[in-house]
Amino acid sequence: MAEDLLIVKNLKKYYPITGGVLGGEVGVVKAVDDVSFTVKSGETLGLVGESGCGKSTTGRSLLRLIEPTSGEITFDGTNVMSLSTDAMRKMRRDMQIVFQDPFASLNPRHNIEKILEEPLIVHGLGSSAERKKRVQEMLEIVGLSSYHASRYPHQFSGGQRQRIGIARALMLKPKLIVADEPVSALDVSIQSQVLNLMQDLQREFGLTYLFIAHDLSVVRHISDRVGVMYLGRIVELTTSSQLYSNPLHPYTKALLSAVPSPDPDAVRERVILQGDVPSPAKPPSGCTFHTRCPHVTEECRTVRPEFMDAGDGHFVACHLYKS
Amino acid sequence: MSHPVLQIENLQTHFFTDRGQIPAVDGVTITVQKGEVVGIVGESGCGKSVTSLSVMKLVPNPPGRIVGGSIKFKGEDLVSVDEKRMRDIRGNEIAMIFQEPMTSLNPVFTIGDQIGESVRLHTKASKKDARARAIEMLKKVGIPRAEAIVDEYPHQLSGGMRQRVMIAMAMACNPELLIADEPTTALDVTIQAQILDLMRQLNREADTAILLITHDLGVVAEMCHRVVVMYAGNVIEQGDVRTILKNPKHPYTIGLLNSLPKLEGSQERLYSIPGNVPIPGSLTVGCRFAPRCDKVSDRCRSEMPELKVVGDNHLSRCWLTE
Repeated sequence: MAEDLLIVKNLKKYYPITGGVLGGEVGVVKAVDDVSFTVKSGETLGLVGESGCGKSTTGRSLLRLIEPTSGEITFDGTNVMSLSTDAMRKMRRDMQIVFQDPFASLNPRHNIEKILEEPLIVHGLGSSAERKKRVQEMLEIVGLSSYHASRYPHQFSGGQRQRIGIARALMLKPKLIVADEPVSALDVSIQSQVLNLMQDLQREFGLTYLFIAHDLSVVRHISDRVGVMYLGRIVELTTSSQLYSNPLHPYTKALLSAVPSPDPDAVRERVILQGDVPSPAKPPSGCTFHTRCPHVTEECRTVRPEFMDAGDGHFVACHLYKS
Repeated sequence: MSHPVLQIENLQTHFFTDRGQIPAVDGVTITVQKGEVVGIVGESGCGKSVTSLSVMKLVPNPPGRIVGGSIKFKGEDLVSVDEKRMRDIRGNEIAMIFQEPMTSLNPVFTIGDQIGESVRLHTKASKKDARARAIEMLKKVGIPRAEAIVDEYPHQLSGGMRQRVMIAMAMACNPELLIADEPTTALDVTIQAQILDLMRQLNREADTAILLITHDLGVVAEMCHRVVVMYAGNVIEQGDVRTILKNPKHPYTIGLLNSLPKLEGSQERLYSIPGNVPIPGSLTVGCRFAPRCDKVSDRCRSEMPELKVVGDNHLSRCWLTE
């Protein structure tokens, strides 16, 4: 059994809402509200959910790119929350992030060599010649050519840019990569290239991924375990195959049934949810899903369900599964 | 069954830029029958959006221009009609909804004003009648509190609600053809399911033909009767939805289907089409898919294949299916 590389406990990120004459705090947006999970060394944990569910905020909080409000993050035995800014920067050698938008996340004024070299310079690694050699190597690894080093981001297509984003994250040989919607902006034929690349790299370098996406088929494909988020909370967490063959939470069921299947013969029970995701500034009482849930009971409206093991490490936060 | 609402024939829409003439749409032929849902699928830059804009004659000119072919709407050639007639058709007989509902709604007018505008323009209805029609349409597309929403502004609504408003606006004059350009791409899956459900219902009840532009083969499977697959400005395969998704003939369609991660099934390595989507304008002789095709032969590199019948209502543009 692989050990836990990342342990997250009761992570919270609240954003204040200011208002009134004096600009005082009139409320909070609970973007991430009491999220706990672990990621084992070498595995891929997927986080899936609709827009505004807090999946990206969770990913960024782990690297403290967004300062969490409270909670515990233990990475590789170190308590990340207690580190100083300086120590945190050193820590990020081992935890890197790949962003969604390959157009916005690369500096248009820097050529690829400069972009890829920068993490090494920041961490004071290698001589100039060594760094340049490493850039060349890395370009080959992600499926580009060494002559691409002198080009600028605008000369690349979306898929190539995402390869550069991945190469940049890999430059420091990290242990964990947080991939925040890495394939959402790509065309289908390019998406599969990048997914295959990420899997190859994981095997080759023993990487651990936290893979954040809204596309359930993509998450299912790449993840060992998947967490489903709704309004700042994880509502279900289990292995990828369990989640898809035996979803427990009504939200997961609805989400799975809403994905259009390209197979015209696929027969599925269709659950169409009514209404929209409620505002995280005014989340419903009790279970936050009760406003849209087809199985709502009186208890759901008042009592928040615990996130519990329903058997075999299949965690779910729903009153229906209290044994 | 043979009542074509829309017949696009050999449409060529080119863009005249500093880099030269770019054939964004290069000889596209598509027919939409009354009450039929036809999907156009393809990746970015394949010309699917330009095709739909050409039908509405909304391609920005300059730089874009329809340089050849015809677009017949109920027998009338839209390429040659003047702007005045086109304004009568737009919003009245052919309506369009776009991907990003926020940018296609005017932020300074109320929902009621915007739905009422097209009603008043096309039917000479009074302000009061237009407002009543707006409320009726909002109810039809499933918006709760329609009487209140009609006086609200777009920013007060969520993305899914805005797309419903767009659909209400498009359907207000009972068009015969609805062009939907990636109507659900910006929406979450649970909201997407609601919108697709609504569009199917409108198609059934009002018998409105829909030309649905999308990159999502799942959406195609759920919505369309017939599918047109485009690549680099050309139609490369066409047929009814079952045939295309179950028994595709063109290597690009096959590759596209194989590169989709599946919800059910294994986590095996995905098939991937090598190379990149071609940049429009960088076209070569021969089949446009040849540089990325794994079944490429010498003939593919030198000669462009024709769109040939390969089965019942099934067309493919490939030398292999000769």
